[in-house]
Amino acid sequence: MNLLRAQVRRPWRLAAEASALLIAVVVAFPLYWMVLGAFKPAGEIESSEPRPWTVSPSLDSFRRVFEQQEFGRYFLNSVVVACTVVIVSALIAFLAATAVTRFRFRFRTTLLIMFLVAQMVPVEALTIPLFFLMRDAGQLNTLGSLILPHIAFSLPFAIWMLRGFVKAVPEALEEAAYIDGASRARFLWQILFPLVFPGLVATSVFSFISAWNDFLFAKSFIISDTSQSTLPMALLVFFKPDEPDWGGVMAASTVMTIPVLIFFVLVQRRLVSGLGGAVKD
Amino acid sequence: MSGAPTGVGGSGRARLTVVRGLSRSSPRPSGRSGAPWLYLAPALVVLGGLLVYPIYQLGLISFFQYTQAQVSGGEPTTFRGFANYAELLGDSQFWQVLLATVVFAAACVVSTLGVGCALAVLLTRVRAVPRLVLMLAALGAWATPAVTGSTVWLFLFDPDFGPVNRILGLGDYSWTYGRFSAFFLVLLEVVWCSFPFVMVTVYAGIRSVPGEVLEAAALDGASQWRIWRSVLAPMLRPILTVVTIQSVIWDFKIFTQIYVMTNGGGIAQQNLVLNVYAYQQAFASSQYSLGSAIGVVMLLILLAVTLVYLRLLRRQGEEL
Repeated sequence: MNLLRAQVRRPWRLAAEASALLIAVVVAFPLYWMVLGAFKPAGEIESSEPRPWTVSPSLDSFRRVFEQQEFGRYFLNSVVVACTVVIVSALIAFLAATAVTRFRFRFRTTLLIMFLVAQMVPVEALTIPLFFLMRDAGQLNTLGSLILPHIAFSLPFAIWMLRGFVKAVPEALEEAAYIDGASRARFLWQILFPLVFPGLVATSVFSFISAWNDFLFAKSFIISDTSQSTLPMALLVFFKPDEPDWGGVMAASTVMTIPVLIFFVLVQRRLVSGLGGAVKD
Repeated sequence: MSGAPTGVGGSGRARLTVVRGLSRSSPRPSGRSGAPWLYLAPALVVLGGLLVYPIYQLGLISFFQYTQAQVSGGEPTTFRGFANYAELLGDSQFWQVLLATVVFAAACVVSTLGVGCALAVLLTRVRAVPRLVLMLAALGAWATPAVTGSTVWLFLFDPDFGPVNRILGLGDYSWTYGRFSAFFLVLLEVVWCSFPFVMVTVYAGIRSVPGEVLEAAALDGASQWRIWRSVLAPMLRPILTVVTIQSVIWDFKIFTQIYVMTNGGGIAQQNLVLNVYAYQQAFASSQYSLGSAIGVVMLLILLAVTLVYLRLLRRQGEEL
């Protein structure tokens, strides 16, 4: 790599760096505009001369969002759904990934292919049968109707990605543990689990995002009991097609984006190496 | 982040050797053959109940007459065989939507891959600080939820209050009014939120190419272009395959962006794609069986894409 860089002549490198910074500004601009829009006073948002700054930041939009009926409740619901999905699917995926990487058994390859194929399933198309399933199980209007499908849909990718992390733990370690008299369960939870944990966190970001983002299931399964609704639905309240309250939309969007952003920045290193691994093997 | 690139290449390489070591080692004794199934049981139960069974149900519903009357129990469900599919295939709107979906997904994939790969190469050409800045900006776009990304981009292009029309001097031009401009706007948002995956993955791939290989090529007198074509490109092919297929699958079943940005399919349904079309047929028109039939068609198309993917993996000699 050093070699590649050495061959790039200086003016070219400066041009490349300038364009990298410029592109970064363009890429970050929508997020900047979102936060800016959330803090702008009403008169400045709905202005035909939008300025890229504000001299009088106001919390009015946030106040409108938080004072919306039961917004705190929606936020809490979203947190409950996303966290349950993350924890449960991480545990299940960890066990499954261990099974497909640490053992050779019949149908192993078939199963792996099934996990791969399962990632292609268009989740939205399954809203129809899932709606009937939830209705028959009496789960409509409950958070369970949001949690269960998301666990199922995030599993295949989580298993697929975790394989790399489980594989990276040397097999010699496992043999050493057994020689020292550790039971299978002890090895699994006290040795393998802590070693794979960073990878588990990185993988979790995807289940977190899918559960946190979801508005389709919330829209389709939470049909009458709005106290079970989630953040995206609260956001869409401000987003009326003909007359959107842009300040409210931007403030709610900011509130919804920040937790994901924090999660992402925290795990990004693992994420990059994890993706590299998942892609390579 | 400044330390990450070496970490990426380093750990990636270490993992590769570990993997090779593992696959060479002998299989576990078959006496413990019950254990893997025990570990797999929770995953299989969840997937069976909430993925496989709904798919089966989807197929089943697509063969029945299933509208609001049947849902409320007012009328018995009647078996229609392939009548729903016949109705679908005879509907010119279905073909229109299918065509729009394919063209739109193709445009999204090509743009995303182009931008992602170009920026990955750019990342290898700059020093740590600009690289970190661009990485962080991309991570921000990547992390943005699809719903909020859609609303923000709509706000940016708003005819009355958006900055884009001011900068471009477009007056109160409405992007969502025309069919192509609306698709174009959605495409911009899709590329914005999905190029980071391509960029980060391809960048990690480039970094994991051993420096010695490149040095050897250079010592043998290979030109920069020749190194790219004959050394880097073949080594990156597995990664490029993965990101391409992932993008195809992802863009083909796009839902949220279209649904939010064009308000459920655009003016006079001009911006419908298959996934939104299926949903609208089912939940807006109560044509559950037609919606299911569209879902089955999507499943079959995506299955075909997956089979191509698996064949490519096999041909590259990847061990699952």
